[in-house]
Amino acid sequence: MRHVSEYRTDDVAARLAERIAALVEPGRRYQLMEVCGGHTHTIYRHGIEDLLPAEVELVHGPGCPVCVIPMGRQDDAIAIAERNEVIFTTFGDMLRVPASHGSLLDAKARGADVRIVYSPLDALRIARENPDREVVFFAIGFETTAPSTAVTLLRARAERVANFAVFCNHVTIIPALRAILDSPDLRIDGFIGPGHVSTVIGLRPYRFIARDHRKPVVVSGFEPLDVLQSVYMLLRQINDGRCEVENQYARVVREEGNPQALRAIAETMRLRTTFEWRGLGFIAQSALGLRPELASWDAEERFALAALRVADPKACQCGEVLKGVIRPWECKVFGTACTPERPIGTCMVSSEGACAAYYNYGRLGRRRGRVAAAARAVP
Amino acid sequence: MCLGIPAQVVAVVDPELGLVKVDVSGVRRTVNTLLLEAQPPLGAWVLIHVGFAMSMIDEDEALRTRTFLESLGEPYDTELDELRSSRVQ
Ligand code: SF4
Repeated sequence: MRHVSEYRTDDVAARLAERIAALVEPGRRYQLMEVCGGHTHTIYRHGIEDLLPAEVELVHGPGCPVCVIPMGRQDDAIAIAERNEVIFTTFGDMLRVPASHGSLLDAKARGADVRIVYSPLDALRIARENPDREVVFFAIGFETTAPSTAVTLLRARAERVANFAVFCNHVTIIPALRAILDSPDLRIDGFIGPGHVSTVIGLRPYRFIARDHRKPVVVSGFEPLDVLQSVYMLLRQINDGRCEVENQYARVVREEGNPQALRAIAETMRLRTTFEWRGLGFIAQSALGLRPELASWDAEERFALAALRVADPKACQCGEVLKGVIRPWECKVFGTACTPERPIGTCMVSSEGACAAYYNYGRLGRRRGRVAAAARAVP
Repeated sequence: MCLGIPAQVVAVVDPELGLVKVDVSGVRRTVNTLLLEAQPPLGAWVLIHVGFAMSMIDEDEALRTRTFLESLGEPYDTELDELRSSRVQ
């Protein structure tokens, strides 16, 4: 059942869409990147693109933490999980991520002790409850999630939980954006900035985009109206020739971010010299590893890992999807060899991945339908 | 997994460890508040993510975000199921 408020939302959305259309200057195209997978989800789920004029194109960015973990790291995770002494704990989203020889789910079917946890603190509890086993937490995520791993590590150290370790794969959003801005493949006119990451890092880290690259940024909330309003704010900046970092999500995001969270990260982690991102390749200083003081809780120190660079499957075009160079349905295996049940690439795994979001909400059919209708309309 | 979920503080569990009990659409679980500036008072609303309160929000924002998340269907249900399995100490 739809609530009255939803109808009201539709009404406001329609009016916002009209105001956006009125801003489009003749002969001009606007390519806007939504950085965060949460936004991608909202855009497909609520058909935001259908509300926008054809001149405004939304391009999906690299902000889905499940999507950017490279094959080699996933192989290492599975190698840890398959050790007899290990209980391997992970967020549910990582279970179906394909690696060289199947996924964590396949490893579990072969007998590995793989458990889904809601929180890193659940992983720590499992370690306390199983003192004779090694409990490893598969830490993934952007700055939104890294502080939770950090506080958990501080707890493990304070309580001297010796059988707990973290396989740290936290990544940072700014270097990825820098890589995209420096990439010759792409022309982006403005960025819809990630909401929850910004609650942690604040607004300052985006300033270089406005200052050095002369592109506007609007940090946005997750509801359809938030995204529409952010598009409106970006178009206004572009038309006015302004390049600023604006905050559409001021009800949650503060200018300075969350100092406690930043402090927890700084206390436990440091920037790696370089880190591989699925499809984007190696990006300097783009990920966090544990500080040497925490080596006893570092899975990379505790277990000998292959740490190899493993090429993506040939058919996989996730890199192009993550950079916004192609749209999900333009990948040759989309919806045929690659589906959410049997994903080839990571973008099909998490509901925040562009391919899964597009697949799940039947946009393929709708778009084909629209194209077909347009074709029929041509005499 | 990047959803921030509105939760209302319903009990203090361990002030020293920063643990409080919250209610999320009827599911009550313990979460950690050490990433907030101060421990939130009873009745306060917070956005939670993987067992941690990440920011304080007002009630309007909480209710509006909850309506939005409920409209997502499956992703929110999965999140609630995972929260249900949680026993943070
Ligand atoms: S359809 Fe599959 S292989 Fe192609 S880009 Fe999407 S996730 Fe990657």
